[in-house]
Amino acid sequence: MGELKSWKELPLGAITFRLSTDVKTGDWRALRPVIDQNKCTKCLLCWLFCPEMAILWGGSKVQVNYDYCKGCGICAHECPVKAISMVPEYEGEAL
Amino acid sequence: MSVLEVVPKYPREKQVMINVNGDEAVAYALKQSYVDVVAAYPITPQTIIVEKFSEYVANGEVHTEFVAVESEHSAMSACVGAAAAGARAFTATSSQGLALMVEILYIASGMRLPIVMAVVNRALSAPINIHNDHSDAYLMRDSGWVMLFTENVQETYDTTIQAFKIAEHPEVQLPVSVHLDGFFLSHTLENIYALPDEAVYEFLGGARKLVKTKVDYFAEEVDYALDPGRPLSLGPLALYDYYFEMKIPQIKAMEYSEKVIKEVNEEWYKLTGRKYGNGLVDPYKLEDAEIVIVAMGSSAGTIRSVVKKYREKGVRAGLLRIRSFRPFPRKDVKELLENANVVAVLDKGIGPGSFGALYLDVVSTLYTSKSRPLIVNYIYGLGGRDLQPVHVAQIIDKLLEDLKRGYIPEEERLRFIGVRSS
Repeated sequence: MGELKSWKELPLGAITFRLSTDVKTGDWRALRPVIDQNKCTKCLLCWLFCPEMAILWGGSKVQVNYDYCKGCGICAHECPVKAISMVPEYEGEAL
Repeated sequence: MSVLEVVPKYPREKQVMINVNGDEAVAYALKQSYVDVVAAYPITPQTIIVEKFSEYVANGEVHTEFVAVESEHSAMSACVGAAAAGARAFTATSSQGLALMVEILYIASGMRLPIVMAVVNRALSAPINIHNDHSDAYLMRDSGWVMLFTENVQETYDTTIQAFKIAEHPEVQLPVSVHLDGFFLSHTLENIYALPDEAVYEFLGGARKLVKTKVDYFAEEVDYALDPGRPLSLGPLALYDYYFEMKIPQIKAMEYSEKVIKEVNEEWYKLTGRKYGNGLVDPYKLEDAEIVIVAMGSSAGTIRSVVKKYREKGVRAGLLRIRSFRPFPRKDVKELLENANVVAVLDKGIGPGSFGALYLDVVSTLYTSKSRPLIVNYIYGLGGRDLQPVHVAQIIDKLLEDLKRGYIPEEERLRFIGVRSS
């Protein structure tokens, strides 16, 4: 435990010492959302509903940030054109 | 009140006499304390605090943002959010409302947010009861809040203002609850002395001041507050590798608050001419006392008057009123009680299967004293049952028997007073 900090070195209150982005919550995923770009109408409902802000939109195509997507499936449920399918992680293509 | 040792900055003639009940006294203190956010939900016997304060808001007498929430869980959550954003936040509740808040109470203290809350103590259900005991306060005992118990309406007013100063002290940064007994104080009119507004403003140093902290991912120390321009996450995950370390500063801050409560009590004395013991404990005739009653809250007045009568009869009795229940003033309690022969700790609440919470603290404090006094626990006043002078006299008479006998029979460590038992 040598590299861990003592209580005297911590910031006040319950501020974590690391940025929350350091924790790659994508590791938790069992099902992976895969977007069929041919069906996608870029309505961005998935972007709006994603509780993890893991839907990326740069202005051209909707993508998933697999580093943080926990695979909850809300995007697939909300997609009005069924462009998102939830694929078991072990069956999906390597990322 | 004894002769003043100092000339206060605001002697009585420079203060305003107001006729208020305990709840209105809290609201009046709040009006003067430059509170930014009040989020609360009504519950008897706390309702008048929020009712009265919302009048001040509606009249434009305060700048406070008043949030009418849908539950006490939300009230405390809103206070956590407001305080995390740097606001001076306040709420008030009682009984079931406090029970609903409990989850967030731990979050407020764990995040080191200096929220102030008035708890108008009321019994917990079932059966439903709206009257006073301390079972709701005992429920929050281990939540990491500084808990101050008041004896009368004047002290309630004084303590509400002091609470902000204690909570916001840079070395404390902990939430503080001010406890007043439901109905006995909350609904009882008393003439009290209030400070002029500017005196309170000066005492608190204006609005809440933020403290700085060092966070790894920023080069400079930052204000401990949420700011969209400089994002911080308060309270996210810390597991077995860090949770324990993050709890230690909270425990240290609670211990440090003893010093601050004492300092604030002294400062208040210099300002107003009023003080309550040393801030933590308020002793009465303990110097040579053989028999001591320990209690909290409004019953202390009744007990004091009976103790005085017994003193006149030549009985060496005394009273130790605990003002600060958390932090528990171990040092003072030990010093003040270790020369007594018999101590009765009065609890207005009980952990069934154990004892009253105050008794457990007093016993554990005195375990390491040289001459361990006999200590017995009296449970009294549950559900608002009045503690009458005759009850206190019965207690003292019984303690005199204990003193003569020289020991407390094991089955008599826990006694009940004022309950029909035959």
